[in-house]
Amino acid sequence: MNGFSALLKRDLKLAYRQASDSLTVLAFFVLATVLFPLAVGPEPAILARIGAGVVWVAALLAAMLSMDRMFQSDYDDGTLELLVIAPAPLELCVLAKACAHWLTTGVPLIVAAPLMGLFLNLDPAGYGTLLLALALGTPSLSLIGAVGAALVLGARRGGALLSLLILPLFVPVLIFGVGAVEAALTDISARPQLFVLGALTLAALALTPWPAAAALRQAVE
Amino acid sequence: MHRFANPTRFVALARAVQPWAMTIALATLFAGLWFGLLASPPDYQQGETVRIMYVHVPAAWMAMFCYTGMAGASAVALVWKHAVAHVTARATAPIGAAFTFLALVTGSLWGKPMWGTWWVWDARLTSVLILFFLYLGYMALENAFDDRARGQRAAAILAIVGAVNVPIIKFSVDWWNTLHQPASVVRLDGPSIHPSMLTPLILMAVGYTAFYIWVLCLRVRADINMSKVRALKLRNA
Amino acid sequence: MNDYFNMGGYAAFVWPAFALSFGVLATLLVASLKSLRASEQALLDAGAKTETPQ
Repeated sequence: MNGFSALLKRDLKLAYRQASDSLTVLAFFVLATVLFPLAVGPEPAILARIGAGVVWVAALLAAMLSMDRMFQSDYDDGTLELLVIAPAPLELCVLAKACAHWLTTGVPLIVAAPLMGLFLNLDPAGYGTLLLALALGTPSLSLIGAVGAALVLGARRGGALLSLLILPLFVPVLIFGVGAVEAALTDISARPQLFVLGALTLAALALTPWPAAAALRQAVE
Repeated sequence: MHRFANPTRFVALARAVQPWAMTIALATLFAGLWFGLLASPPDYQQGETVRIMYVHVPAAWMAMFCYTGMAGASAVALVWKHAVAHVTARATAPIGAAFTFLALVTGSLWGKPMWGTWWVWDARLTSVLILFFLYLGYMALENAFDDRARGQRAAAILAIVGAVNVPIIKFSVDWWNTLHQPASVVRLDGPSIHPSMLTPLILMAVGYTAFYIWVLCLRVRADINMSKVRALKLRNA
Repeated sequence: MNDYFNMGGYAAFVWPAFALSFGVLATLLVASLKSLRASEQALLDAGAKTETPQ
């Protein structure tokens, strides 16, 4: 567990020093969201209808943006080889990395989401559920992304490749994340969708460290 | 199984199987076409469009069968480090992608007259579309590395991760109420489909499977030849 | 005969489905056969090189 917290602290410290990276992701999230009212027109009813979906899609894409760097710098400077042979299980390192990614991109996105709801004329009844759904769903994005990021290490056009590998696997999170908000907006209980989102994150927590660690091991082999 | 981990023996096996697979594929596909297009009645509900079923359903079966085979071969390749298993998985990917593409397109051609729309975003269609992207991702990842062994191993891990989608496709029509009809052939209480339609369906399914094995033999042989060429070039360089 | 090709008014859906299925499979088969031939040729070429005197 020591290795976990040490790695997490180190990654957060690095992210803090390069805070512009997190801010870039946040700026992308805001810009991608703002494009929608400009594209589909400023009609409040239409925006309210598509708002939750737009916020989720923008969040997925923004989370993807910083994902390919999750292991890249450690791979380039050789830290990864040390992590692989270190006594701490590599699966735990993956969890620490995914956790750091979530704290530096997932959490800022959640914080910015209410503002996006405002831009998109989201019904006030939907805000609570949107935030809860994002909080439950975004950790699984970082975890699934860790597998993809580990797989594309050293690949040509890694960033574009990563989106091809990972976006299809994000689809369930997207469906239930948007479904939760839509249920809340139509006065139906959003609990089933939120439970599924939580279950997806728990499943990702239990299952993704193994393939990600396997991918890292074969990358430095 | 370990007996065939040797590429030379595997090529011998592929050479032996290939003519049989070719014969069975051609015979059953022609018979399937005959029964499917001429010797079977139109459906009392769906009319003549039911004939699309004979190319659509076997393609969908093969899409899942190929992915399962690809993921299984990838697991064998990672666990026992059999080069031949990597070759099998790599040779399966484009065939599976072709079947998935056909399942999507023929389904669309069937959906337009029956449901009145080319495409609906229901669970079955969406999960098969994701399967298609998984095939594409597998092939892209496989080719994205200068070091071929790296690409093989990374793609194998991806194939295993993507296998979570296969049960989702299978059960999507049972878990969610959708436009897509539930299974009518593979059921515990026996097929709910008339024998005159079952005959062409089974023939086409056997034909597609034999076709897969036939093309697989060709691709595996080509792949092993090319790796020999690379080895020879390395030795001469 | 025309009745048959008309497929009960669904000709525009039934025939493309069959044509496309067999077209795609035939293309895949031809491509695989070609790559096998090419690989055999490449093997011959590479094998011939090893026999040339150093």
